[in-house]
Amino acid sequence: MSALLDIGSVDAHHGQLPAVRSVSLQVHPGDILALVGANGAGKTTLLRTVAGAHRASSGTLRWDGEDITCLPAHQRVARGLALVPEGRRLFAGMTVRENLLVARAAGRRGPWTLDTVLGAFPQLQPKLHARAGELSGGQQQAVAIGRALMTNPRLLLLDEISLGLSPLAVQGVYDALRGVVGQGTPLVLVEQDLQRVQAVATRIVCMLEGRVVADAPAAELSRAQITAHYFGAQRPESARTVHHAGSPGEASADNLYKVAA
Amino acid sequence: MNLLNQIIQGLLLGGYYALLACGLSFMFGVMRIINLAHGSLAVVAAYLLWLLAEPMGWHPLLALLAVLPAMALLGWVLHRLVLERSARLGALVPLLATFGLASVIDNLLFQHFGADTRSLATAIGTLAYDSWELPGGIYVGQLPAMVLVFAVTLLGGLHAMLAHTALGRQIRAASEDADTARLVGVHTGAVFAAASAITMVTVTLAGASLAMRATFDPFSGPQQLIFAFEAVIIGGAGSLWGTLLGGVVLGVAQNLGAQVHPQGFLIAGHATFLAILLARLCASGALRSFFSTRRQPTP
Repeated sequence: MSALLDIGSVDAHHGQLPAVRSVSLQVHPGDILALVGANGAGKTTLLRTVAGAHRASSGTLRWDGEDITCLPAHQRVARGLALVPEGRRLFAGMTVRENLLVARAAGRRGPWTLDTVLGAFPQLQPKLHARAGELSGGQQQAVAIGRALMTNPRLLLLDEISLGLSPLAVQGVYDALRGVVGQGTPLVLVEQDLQRVQAVATRIVCMLEGRVVADAPAAELSRAQITAHYFGAQRPESARTVHHAGSPGEASADNLYKVAA
Repeated sequence: MNLLNQIIQGLLLGGYYALLACGLSFMFGVMRIINLAHGSLAVVAAYLLWLLAEPMGWHPLLALLAVLPAMALLGWVLHRLVLERSARLGALVPLLATFGLASVIDNLLFQHFGADTRSLATAIGTLAYDSWELPGGIYVGQLPAMVLVFAVTLLGGLHAMLAHTALGRQIRAASEDADTARLVGVHTGAVFAAASAITMVTVTLAGASLAMRATFDPFSGPQQLIFAFEAVIIGGAGSLWGTLLGGVVLGVAQNLGAQVHPQGFLIAGHATFLAILLARLCASGALRSFFSTRRQPTP
């Protein structure tokens, strides 16, 4: 099966600071790929680079065989690549309905319309004419996912959709996502909750300091192995693990500190 | 009765100011750009209309139909060449760029058309001075009344466009968060260029009413910019209905000032603007924090 998205040795920088270093990754139809890693591992930057919100400093991005490395974000959306950004980033001054409708700008027709999105997120129905900024966190996340679905994506990138939500709201969001997966749309998700990652994902990719340090089917990675990759403390034996040269260094010590705190 | 007359005439003048200010307000509301070439561009539109209507003898309405798309195109080009590039470099650079643009426009107009004052009044026949008589001997000019009605319609139309159309939603989304708007498929560059083109349409209409109801010369632009700017600030920056209110308040203040003293027209307008600006600064606490930071000794 050919890859829908082919990330070929992509680098991305924040000014002088390398955030993503030579990442190669393929996403196939039907994948539910979870990106796991500590804060600052480059997960968000990788997603934003794929979506076109961040410039790749080198490497190539191929979408369905086509080179999209230099395409602006809105043209990538028009090809079916949608990102639900970290922190939801709704248009707070606009109503829920307007937030959803604005995504029609992508010009992609398909199964997702205002009605089907509201069917998938019924909690939004009574809030349709409320300002997006006035909703609860869980409702806002539903709007953010619904807005991305309105572009009828062929691949959905989800960045930290459970950030700042109550456990109940997170459950609600994931329940609704199950409906999306039922449509066969592949997902790439960044998620901090390992339990949830192992329950949802078919494939897990661990990132450390901008590099991919493990890429394996979810069933083949144990929780301990993921945790080890997360901190870069030890290198467990695992199938298809990509090791990288160089020490974990200060950054991961800092991450350890953050987790401990 | 005289007072009432001044208020009514001020209201009508306010209609023109609202028409003039609506483009400035729209551009600031959508793109956070203060276009200092706004008045000069209105004068460019006035000259284009004059050129078609006077030397070439076109009907003024036909001339307007020809100038509107040309100015909209100019708005598109202006956005791509000047506004978009300068806005990327911070809030101050578009101010400098459009200030420079205004100087270039004014002097090019001066070089080409000379210092003569022009007007379209002769091209529109008796409409220039026709009026309706209200009870009590108050005369209402037909042209100023039409301009007022037109300003209200235009502001209402812009408001409805922003609230209810797909382009309006895209403009609002792009103005709130351009980065995210691109991520949901909005071509923000094209949306802002379209907003600039719409702005130029309103600028053209303002230039047309300037040319019909008064006279203009190559250096009329900055004066128009000041009136537009004052109307926007009085009414609240970026709010379209506020702009209408601001224009009317400015027009009424100027006419009442002229009633008090022959020099009072401009002074009363500027004084009203400054008073409202100060009141807004006080209300927002900006003034107090400004002075308290000034008074603190540097560590």
